[in-house]
Amino acid sequence: MDKVMSNKWVIALYVMPSLLLIMGIIYIPIVLTGYYGLNEWNGIGSMTFVGLDNYRHLLKDTAFWQSAGHSLLLALFSGISLIGYLGIALVLSGRIKGANLLRKIYLIPMLLSSVAIAQLWLKIYHPTNGVLNSLLTSLGVENPPSWLAEPSLVLTALFIPIVWQYAGFYILIYYAALKNIPESLMEAARIDGANPWQIAVRIRLPLMSEVIKVTVVLSVVGSLKYFDLIYVMTDGGPNGASEVMASYMYKQAFRSFDFGYGSAAGFFLLLICLVATYLIRKATASKETIQYS
Amino acid sequence: MSKSKMTRGLLLTFVLTLVLSGCGGAKQNQETGSEGDSATDTAGEKVTINMMHLWPAGSSAQQNKLVSQIIADYQQEHPNVTIKQEVLENEQYKNKLKVLSASNELPDVGITWAAGFMEPYVKGGLFAPLDDLLTGEPLKDKFVSGTTEAYSMDNKTYALPIELNISPIYYNKEIFAKYKLEVPGTYEEFKQVVQTLSSNGVAPVALGNKDRWTGSLWYMYLADRVAGGDTLKQAVSGSGSFDDPGLVQAASEVQTLVDMNAFNKGFNGLSNDEGKAEFMNEKAAMYLMGTWELPNFTTNPDIPQAFKDKVGFFKFPTVDGGKGNVNSWVGGPGVGLFVSQDSKVQAEAKAFVEYFVSKWGEQSVTTAGVIPATKVDTTKNELPQLYVDLLNELNNASSITLFADVQMKPNAAQVHLDMIQALFGKAATPEQFAAKHKEAVEKGN
Repeated sequence: MDKVMSNKWVIALYVMPSLLLIMGIIYIPIVLTGYYGLNEWNGIGSMTFVGLDNYRHLLKDTAFWQSAGHSLLLALFSGISLIGYLGIALVLSGRIKGANLLRKIYLIPMLLSSVAIAQLWLKIYHPTNGVLNSLLTSLGVENPPSWLAEPSLVLTALFIPIVWQYAGFYILIYYAALKNIPESLMEAARIDGANPWQIAVRIRLPLMSEVIKVTVVLSVVGSLKYFDLIYVMTDGGPNGASEVMASYMYKQAFRSFDFGYGSAAGFFLLLICLVATYLIRKATASKETIQYS
Repeated sequence: MSKSKMTRGLLLTFVLTLVLSGCGGAKQNQETGSEGDSATDTAGEKVTINMMHLWPAGSSAQQNKLVSQIIADYQQEHPNVTIKQEVLENEQYKNKLKVLSASNELPDVGITWAAGFMEPYVKGGLFAPLDDLLTGEPLKDKFVSGTTEAYSMDNKTYALPIELNISPIYYNKEIFAKYKLEVPGTYEEFKQVVQTLSSNGVAPVALGNKDRWTGSLWYMYLADRVAGGDTLKQAVSGSGSFDDPGLVQAASEVQTLVDMNAFNKGFNGLSNDEGKAEFMNEKAAMYLMGTWELPNFTTNPDIPQAFKDKVGFFKFPTVDGGKGNVNSWVGGPGVGLFVSQDSKVQAEAKAFVEYFVSKWGEQSVTTAGVIPATKVDTTKNELPQLYVDLLNELNNASSITLFADVQMKPNAAQVHLDMIQALFGKAATPEQFAAKHKEAVEKGN
């Protein structure tokens, strides 16, 4: 076996298929998108090279920065909600009754498609017949808000289903990480007289810090490029109040037929995500990996 | 490889995959050519024509049935031809068409809208000219005058219209009777109707403005009635201006209506279907929409007859001192059929389109309730009264103003639609509304 693997051609043979796929589907399109961003192109006719005009325009585009602001808000919101997920995972991993069932309940939203979730929440938020407003009316609220039509409310109204959608995913990751911590460590701590809070903060959290870092990156980057629920539920409206970077990019490319500008926005979004990832890794970098065993 | 390096690598891959899959993926596959089957196009041999349309069996049952029936008949007469349908909802259809065109994979036969919508496709050389079909025997002089023009560019016709739509205001006769309301003849009377309904807790008008073109209809009519159809047309084409005091007044009238609670609650967050539901559930009294809704008020078997009997229509009222005429309509040819320039079976596809348009013209009013762009003989067919009345109105029409988002170039159309939502949501003043339009029209595309 060693002999086979020492042949460079054999290695290439094994690596090639996936390398080609990943190049063709991911890296080459990224480079092309960057290139399209340098052109004026309506997606159908021929392209005209305009250099950095699209990017210059993008930096001055208030609608884009407004949508970028919404994306950042979503990232912040998702980041904060991780604390909640962590809490739930800590509780679930303790010996409480029905933990198994609860874990499954939390996971279910993740199994639904985004469009189904969007339809579900559209019904909940419906201004007159919706579950939420019916409830508010029956509680005596005179004029309940139209959640998805109020520019000041629409973002919050969208964040809730998004958080709900991904709760199960992060809880599951945290739960698995917590279950991976050797019972003997907790046992020893308990014998030394540590209370559950101390065990959680001093032993369990440090041991799963790597996982926490990964989830922070996942949720922040996932939020920055978030698209589907917003597209279906409000289409960025009303009047751009719920527009995010990805939906703005989509509109420029596929609605206004401005593929050059849309590509520039897409490429810029990629850069923002890369920078965010780098910054998070940098901020959370620790010199040594904690190991208690 | 250390653990953290590996995670970093994985994360990077993950990020890159998801960020650009949206717009990067669609631009690939330039080489795959049209979706046409590999069957050759020699006559007599097996041919497959791909057709994409926007009448799903769920939401447009009648049209869907008629399309399937025409296809079945055609296949019977031409045993060597197989026609494959791909059906999508309106908005998804528009999006998919754009994605397919970017990768040059249009279906052999498909649906397009007129003017501004089809311009990039025509300029990109994606649609085949169909002038030979216009002069051919089956379709010669069959179209209502003025309908095919909306589909022609540089003196060539690139699609054949199969629909003609005008937009009346439908109203619920029972609700009107309950509050002793008369059909309004002037805009002042209309406002009084709105006032009465609103103070009695009935939503006067059903509107789903998330889709934005729905609100555009209201602006279009007000602009037409206040400033006159020509002013609007010139403003859109760039020879006039949106600064025109009449057009600004029309925009401020929209906001007056919003202030009067003329539209159902939360309209800016509701889709057209959700807005329509307010009218269908009899929670709202009026609904301004194209004649494509007529089947729901006449022939659609899924709608209770009791409701259908309550629906009437009136023309958008005139505004005192306005330049508009009550017989001018916002509307225009709805959708048309195009044939892909790159189709491997173009000749067969054209023959099918010719057959489709003439059969559709004969049957669409009676079976699907769709007013075709080809002339209809009202005396020959048994038609519901609502149709006869509207077809007669169509004969009296003084002019038809094409829907703004169809008339404008894609870029300007997006600005128009966004500004409509802002105007209705009171996030923009009528002056800002005019300024943004002016800027967009001047910018061109």
